[in-house]
Amino acid sequence: MRLTEGSPSSRILAFGGYQPANVLTNEELAATVDTSDAWIRSRVGIASRRLAGPDETVTDMAAAAGGKALAASGLSAADIDLVIVATCTPEVMIPNTAASVATRLGIVAPGAYDLNAACAGFCYALGTASDAVRAGSARNVLVIGAEKLSQWVDWTDRSTCIIFADGAGAAVVAAAAEPDAGPGIGPVVWGSDGGMADKIYIADRRSFIHQEGQAVFRWATTALHPVALAACERAGVDPASLAAFVPHQANLRIVEAIARKLRAPQALVADDIVHAGNTSSASIPLALSRMIERGDIASGDAVLLLGFGAGISYAAQVIKVP
Amino acid sequence: MAMTETEIQTGLGEIIDEVAGVPADEITPEKSFVDDLDIDSLSMVEIAVAAQDKFGVDIPDDELKNLKTVKDVIDYVRRAEVSA
Repeated sequence: MRLTEGSPSSRILAFGGYQPANVLTNEELAATVDTSDAWIRSRVGIASRRLAGPDETVTDMAAAAGGKALAASGLSAADIDLVIVATCTPEVMIPNTAASVATRLGIVAPGAYDLNAACAGFCYALGTASDAVRAGSARNVLVIGAEKLSQWVDWTDRSTCIIFADGAGAAVVAAAAEPDAGPGIGPVVWGSDGGMADKIYIADRRSFIHQEGQAVFRWATTALHPVALAACERAGVDPASLAAFVPHQANLRIVEAIARKLRAPQALVADDIVHAGNTSSASIPLALSRMIERGDIASGDAVLLLGFGAGISYAAQVIKVP
Repeated sequence: MAMTETEIQTGLGEIIDEVAGVPADEITPEKSFVDDLDIDSLSMVEIAVAAQDKFGVDIPDDELKNLKTVKDVIDYVRRAEVSA
């Protein structure tokens, strides 16, 4: 028996994001549930969010974001040999989303699977994609986070309907081209605690997202900065040299509380939630693609990613901007 | 040795200043967190976590909802210290 030859390190070639056209503002929400623009902004930091249309599926959004990332990467569909879709809201349980997305994009016969680590999904998928490239089980991987959370929200529950939204973000992962450039994706630091499974869940297929906001807030603001700092340490990157911190866009209060504890004053802190809402596994690549598009971060910059959510599960890694 | 009421109040004032930006001299026992100090439930969680670090007293979410005024927190910390 022989083993495949891998690559010493991996990198991200490009990002891509997709948001549905339909904007839902706080004022519009306040007309249907007992809440207000000021209350929502102060508690979760959201001004508006995007919702998919009734006929727009997770597969549609995943393909749109994946197609953009692929186009920006300079690779063609024929170069991709693995597609991973991180989602906790697939259109159906069978078949998976990834194979359908691949076919839509003209990617023929890739390895394809869905991955559910809820809001930590993108960082989990990026970690496994990087490992696949390094181990030689794939050459180029399309990694997508896509969610249609609006389908799983009780629109009369003002504690959750103000938070969750729809969208997709994607990245293309490949072997690091020149050894001089160094690795583009640092080691993933991940974990979970099923003992907290009852803090965020959907009970069954007829139920909606239930979240114990205070318990999640306490966990997120106390347990996660050590995970983020461990990812920096394992990558050998001083937090003071980070150009940006892009955590899952769960709640702006959580984002800011974690950021304060990192002691990374130079790092731009992603606040994409303000106009995107909480899009679970899509939020990190969506934020990154917008930050790159706006020129907030430049090629070669070190950026810390931190995904966290239901499970509970979490994952962090440092990447270099393509 | 247990802290005095004044010491707890001073420590709490520092925490609330840091978490919610309310000047420490406004933190007097009769003040209500929600009505007088404009501190919401998420800030209360942050205050509870910081109080745990500072006073060594665990304030779980179930207890937190009963702590409505600065005096409630001071009393809670003192009781927890005695029973510890």
